Amino acid sequence: MTDEPKDVQGAADERAELGDSEIVEARQLAEEAVEETVLPDESALAGLTGTPGIAKPDPILVADGVSRAFGGLKAVDVGHLEVQRGTITSLIGPNGAGKTTLFNVLTGFDRADSGTWSFDGRPAAGLAAHKMARRGMVRTFQLTKALTRLTVLENMKLAAVGQRGENFFNALVPPLWRPQEGGLEKRALELLDRFKLAHMRDSFAGELSGGQRKLLEMARALMVGPSMVMLDEPMAGVNPALTQSLLGHVRALRDEGMTVLFVEHDMDVVMGISDWVVCMAQGQVIAEGPPEQIRSNRTVIDAYLGTRYDEPGAKE
Amino acid sequence: MDIIDILLSALRGAFAPEAAVYALAAIGLNVHFGYTGLLNFGQVGFMLVGAYGLAISVSTFGWPMWVGVLVGLLCAAVLALLLGLPTLRLRGDYLAIVTIAAAEIMRLVYRAEFANDVTGSVYGLQQFANPFFELNPIPTGSYGVGRFSYSERDLWVMLLGWTLVAVVALMVYLLVHSPWGRVLKGIREDEDAVRALGKNVFGFKIQSLLIGGVIGGLAGVMFAIGFQSVQPDTFNPEITFFLWTVLLMGGAGRVLGPIVGAWMFWFLLVLMDTSLRQALSAGYISDSILSPSDIGPLRFAVVGLLLMLIMIYRPQGVLGSRREMLLRDR
Ligand SMILES: Nc1ncnc2c1ncn2[C@@H]1O[C@H](COP(=O)(O)OP(=O)(O)O)[C@@H](O)[C@H]1O
Ligand SMILES: [Mg+2]
Repeated sequence: MTDEPKDVQGAADERAELGDSEIVEARQLAEEAVEETVLPDESALAGLTGTPGIAKPDPILVADGVSRAFGGLKAVDVGHLEVQRGTITSLIGPNGAGKTTLFNVLTGFDRADSGTWSFDGRPAAGLAAHKMARRGMVRTFQLTKALTRLTVLENMKLAAVGQRGENFFNALVPPLWRPQEGGLEKRALELLDRFKLAHMRDSFAGELSGGQRKLLEMARALMVGPSMVMLDEPMAGVNPALTQSLLGHVRALRDEGMTVLFVEHDMDVVMGISDWVVCMAQGQVIAEGPPEQIRSNRTVIDAYLGTRYDEPGAKE
Repeated sequence: MDIIDILLSALRGAFAPEAAVYALAAIGLNVHFGYTGLLNFGQVGFMLVGAYGLAISVSTFGWPMWVGVLVGLLCAAVLALLLGLPTLRLRGDYLAIVTIAAAEIMRLVYRAEFANDVTGSVYGLQQFANPFFELNPIPTGSYGVGRFSYSERDLWVMLLGWTLVAVVALMVYLLVHSPWGRVLKGIREDEDAVRALGKNVFGFKIQSLLIGGVIGGLAGVMFAIGFQSVQPDTFNPEITFFLWTVLLMGGAGRVLGPIVGAWMFWFLLVLMDTSLRQALSAGYISDSILSPSDIGPLRFAVVGLLLMLIMIYRPQGVLGSRREMLLRDR
């Protein structure tokens, strides 16, 4: 997508919006999150070497021959890719590598030109976006999508599945759906509490700072009860303290048994947190493997060097 | 010039049957735009098929009136599906283009010579709501003070019209305060985000278009009943724009917005009309500047000007919330 220039602006805005107290708070959060973290069970992926397309012991997502072209440009051309269940897998690659496009295709937001993929053992190619989410694969967006004129709590409650009141006829008879609302609200508030947004519950989402919106989007995704969370650059344009806090939340998702696939173009951010790293360049998976291996992988370094995104602190 | 007289006329206009028709149609538009963000620029088309559904059923086919009412509502529902199914998967502006075109095409078809046997072409159809007026329990007479008075017929139509407005507004209130309404509002803000949360956005948009369209159809039926007459050229595109004016003036995304908007619109319209007429006959305005036949168009120009002022000084409408409105562009 051609939203990149806007992103730079967004990043600056979001940094500007964060007050000092917020940064301190985020830092504390991050520290807590780090302390709580259980060491990842790497045994599942232990001993695997980093050949692109390598099979995993228990993949939740398996993609084959997925391609998507825009005009003459092959934005995505992935031969074979598996994502191990219950891990944090990072999808890295320089800007324009096709990470977002791959996300869009896999989550049903864009159609593939060719290829098949399965999620949780069932074929998922060509499935509509909302059906993909219902199956348990829930995504967030590179440009945060807060539902601005809904309150924070409404944002959360909206996301819950199986709401009787979403049926038109039931909606007209409040006694049919009111009883469900209490439960939803309780769950929503628990999540908001965890993401330090509970005090904002009655504010419009549009009144949140950039960082808070990122947190809300993640919390909202969890309301769906996903088995796999797909995060598109959750750290983009966020100050370092909040980045740590977000990383803490990502770890927590895995520790609760969810699979996380998250996109990040900054290699350094993902190294500490990932169980597995997949690197894309020019639409293809050029390398995958454990983080230490990827860091020193020649192909990966070349891909980053080739596009001059290696400079420390380089952002989109 | 008699100020009291002018105000009483304007007040009469605010609650007259036309105002109830506008309020209903604007409530439908509010479901579309105010709650779902759908751009329907052809609400008058829904009114047309509603009105003609009744008129044709009774006058052309000789069916009972209540069947005609159902046919009118059904036609509006079918129109919503015809317009929505091909467009609601696409970007928002497609619906806007298709609705405006469809409404105008229908008006031209209904008035065409070849449709004469069914629709009465440009002459339209009359006298299809007799059973409704036969039921009128109100004794013959004029009710009210001075210019603020209605005939027993008007009152009977108003009773039906404003009752329908109240019932439909209550229904919309229940809907928009339910989880169903929450999804619509989510779609209004960002449909991709809602899709990512597992909601069938297309299905909800179709439902919204259906409901708002059928409410528009009901407004058409109401219009046909009240005036016992339909002509295609009543349903010209400017009605849609009056309805948008009503909605934006009252406040989009507020249950009572379209109702307050309809009162204001008709109050102002009649106020302009009566004061201009009186000013003319009293010689305050020379008839070399303004002839009586100019008053019709001029009053709309003045209402348009007022709308501009409201949009400048109170862009959220009378009932809208400024706090919410300011979030829109962030
Ligand atoms: N909707 C689109 N139309 C045309 N080109 C696109 C579109 N979306 C993405 N692209 C192009 O596809 C390539 C991959 O983009 P993207 O998936 O956004 O990369 P990444 O997320 O890795 O930065 C880029 O060259 C981009 O310009
Ligand atoms: Mg991207």
